[in-house]
Amino acid sequence: MQSDIFAKRKKDSLIFFFLLILLTVGSVVITQYDVSKGFTSLLKAFIWGGSNFYPDGKSLTILPDVLRKLWDTILMSIAATTVATVFATLLALVGSRTTRMNRLFSLVARGIASLFRNIPLVAWAMVLMLAFSQSSITGYLALFLGSFGFLTRAFIETIDEVSNDSVEALSATGASYFHIIFQSVLPSSLPQMISWILFMIDTNIRDATLVGLLTGTGIGFSFDLYYKSFNFHAASLVVILIVITVILIEMVSNTIRRVIM
Amino acid sequence: MKKIEEAILPVKPLTRESLTMWILLLVLSLLTIYALAAIDYTSVDMGKAMADTLNNFKTIFFHPAAHRLSLWDAFYEVLITMGLAFLTTLFGGVIAMLLGLLAAQNLAPKQVTNIIKGFVAFIRAVPSILWVLIFAVAAGLGSVAAVIGLTFHSVSYLTKAYSESFEELDRSVIEALMASGANWWQIIFQAVIPSSVSSLLSWTFMRFEINFANAVAMGAAAGAAGIGFDLFMDSGFYFDLREIGLVTYFIIAFAIVLETISTNLKSKILIKKA
Amino acid sequence: MKLELGVNREFSEPLLELKHVTKYYHGAAPALEDINFSVAEGEFISVIGPSGAGKSTLLRCINRMIEATSGEISFDGVLISKLKKRDLRKLRTRIGMIFQHYNLVDKLSVIENVLHGRLGYKSTLAGVMGRYSPEEKLQAMRIIDLLGLHDQVYKRCDQLSGGQKQRVGIARALIQDPKLILCDEPIASLDPNSAKIIMDHLRDVSAQMGITVIVNLHQVSVALKYSDRIIGVNQGKIVFDGSPSALTAEKIAEIYGSESNDLMVELGERYAI
Repeated sequence: MQSDIFAKRKKDSLIFFFLLILLTVGSVVITQYDVSKGFTSLLKAFIWGGSNFYPDGKSLTILPDVLRKLWDTILMSIAATTVATVFATLLALVGSRTTRMNRLFSLVARGIASLFRNIPLVAWAMVLMLAFSQSSITGYLALFLGSFGFLTRAFIETIDEVSNDSVEALSATGASYFHIIFQSVLPSSLPQMISWILFMIDTNIRDATLVGLLTGTGIGFSFDLYYKSFNFHAASLVVILIVITVILIEMVSNTIRRVIM
Repeated sequence: MKKIEEAILPVKPLTRESLTMWILLLVLSLLTIYALAAIDYTSVDMGKAMADTLNNFKTIFFHPAAHRLSLWDAFYEVLITMGLAFLTTLFGGVIAMLLGLLAAQNLAPKQVTNIIKGFVAFIRAVPSILWVLIFAVAAGLGSVAAVIGLTFHSVSYLTKAYSESFEELDRSVIEALMASGANWWQIIFQAVIPSSVSSLLSWTFMRFEINFANAVAMGAAAGAAGIGFDLFMDSGFYFDLREIGLVTYFIIAFAIVLETISTNLKSKILIKKA
Repeated sequence: MKLELGVNREFSEPLLELKHVTKYYHGAAPALEDINFSVAEGEFISVIGPSGAGKSTLLRCINRMIEATSGEISFDGVLISKLKKRDLRKLRTRIGMIFQHYNLVDKLSVIENVLHGRLGYKSTLAGVMGRYSPEEKLQAMRIIDLLGLHDQVYKRCDQLSGGQKQRVGIARALIQDPKLILCDEPIASLDPNSAKIIMDHLRDVSAQMGITVIVNLHQVSVALKYSDRIIGVNQGKIVFDGSPSALTAEKIAEIYGSESNDLMVELGERYAI
């Protein structure tokens, strides 16, 4: 019996590793990934980074301009998140099992959320750019649409998890649908929802770099500008500022989370 | 009399929690209003652009068609993106396995876990597109830069997830094995990894889902191969809305399959925890 | 059994009456089958039975948190089973409910949770904004005092102990100004000490305020100690309905089936109390 267990375990892990190797080889072939180049370039990149990718005295002159772009990016991320929050909350109330009005609407709401969430951010950005061209509105709308899908799903899960019991109690007292939403569902879910909002702002600032790169706005555009003109000292300054911003926002978020949860 | 006064006091007590929440929401709303007011709306004709965008989406979603790409091509491009995502996840998983062990509080000394956690937080703070572009300077734009660049964030995410899975193993189990004379590596391979293997696999798959989306983005923004690059070409060069539709549908279809699987895995992890 | 009731009490109109109430969940065996009983004003009734016997379903059918499949339920002269949504809400304001897991909004304060009991009386807007009249607040304070929660008024409910949470639950039911309170396993998650405090409060509510109380209980000994009348349920059917003194060991065996052996020990305590 015992040897059986060991044999089975051995067989399982053999199959697992065989599949892993198969998938790896398949992926390497299909993506034309050059394994040796991967390793050598990693080393090369570190050497290059050490000798080029740091801010020097001259790059500090761009600081005011970059800071202004950074501020714009932060504002854009916050605005996209808060506006998305409003719409996502409404859709999540329709979609959640606890608060839905009927099964059909709930299904539709969940479908919309899933659709929005799975359309990649770059697709939103590229399509919006066709009509809005390279402007900050494009970036803002792309972030808004992406955040909307993500937050709706997160809020639906939050509401489902948090508020079942008290909803039952309130409807037993004769409270109406809106009473229950405002007196039970929202107060119970608010801390968790705020936690998601903070997470979304943080994510959006990082995604704004990507969107900015495509749509020529904000901090992503700054980076692209210096990167493409081989001004790597300036580009590294941009990266450092982004890192500081993201870490600061994360620290503030964690402090807020500790207080409210 | 005192009691009557008390009863007329507001029902909502201003606790630290609610004060923090309301101030936060107020600040965010004010910043939003300021941000929306500061946007330069004059550069585009808003009404026309909105209408155009709606029309574009209508074309994209209701009239998808293949021109440049055949259906098989599109499918193959998705496979390439999947391949990129797989390699990224694999490399990330291998590195994160080691870092995860060092970041787990029940397995490593506190100084070590703190260093690893700081390192991981730094990696996360640099947007993944920038990792890719920084590596592209050395490796050139393409799959190598995309895979290595995206691996960084996978490492950061999986290190956190793995170390938390490891931390679920009871300290007493480790103690018992130590008492029997097992060394650190033996404990890792005989107790820690076997007991957390299913949640490790689930987390890895969830990261694969994220990496798929990232690989699409890198195709568009950093010239990596795959379906993302087609998206970029169709919208940036050919202005072929109907083919954007086709490409988008392909991406959504795969993404939803991945999402469904990872949602199931997530609920399984949650059940295990509860 | 009816005779016995008639001897003990002289009530004219029953407050609550269930006739042929039946509940099916998705085709399987019925959760409730042909339930008939009536409740007089001011009675303290315990419903006992093994887990899964249908106690919880029975209680929730009374205020239609669960819709019965068939049968008639009337409360205070009104046929509940026929009410439209709006009237049902109005009726529910007169029936308080207490839950095993308290079902409070954990992130809100004690007084806010208590005042939730007034929502059924409010317009949508006033309830949404959480606006309560001074009288309501005063009443809330009185009830909170009565239940010994004075020091916790502004505490968030997730900082309370289980026993305190359940007292908030009772306060929320009381401020509804109910004629009937339904309690679904109110002490199942509590330690013996807190359980005693809760049961004492419920008895006072019934004895001093004249509110009718129906309690689902798992512990026979508690039912024996506190109730005027006990209803035993097994597999969705009423198998006993009478005064505590009429509940013999055989009857308990019949109610609890195979579980009864464990309970015999508990029954021994009956004489110890």
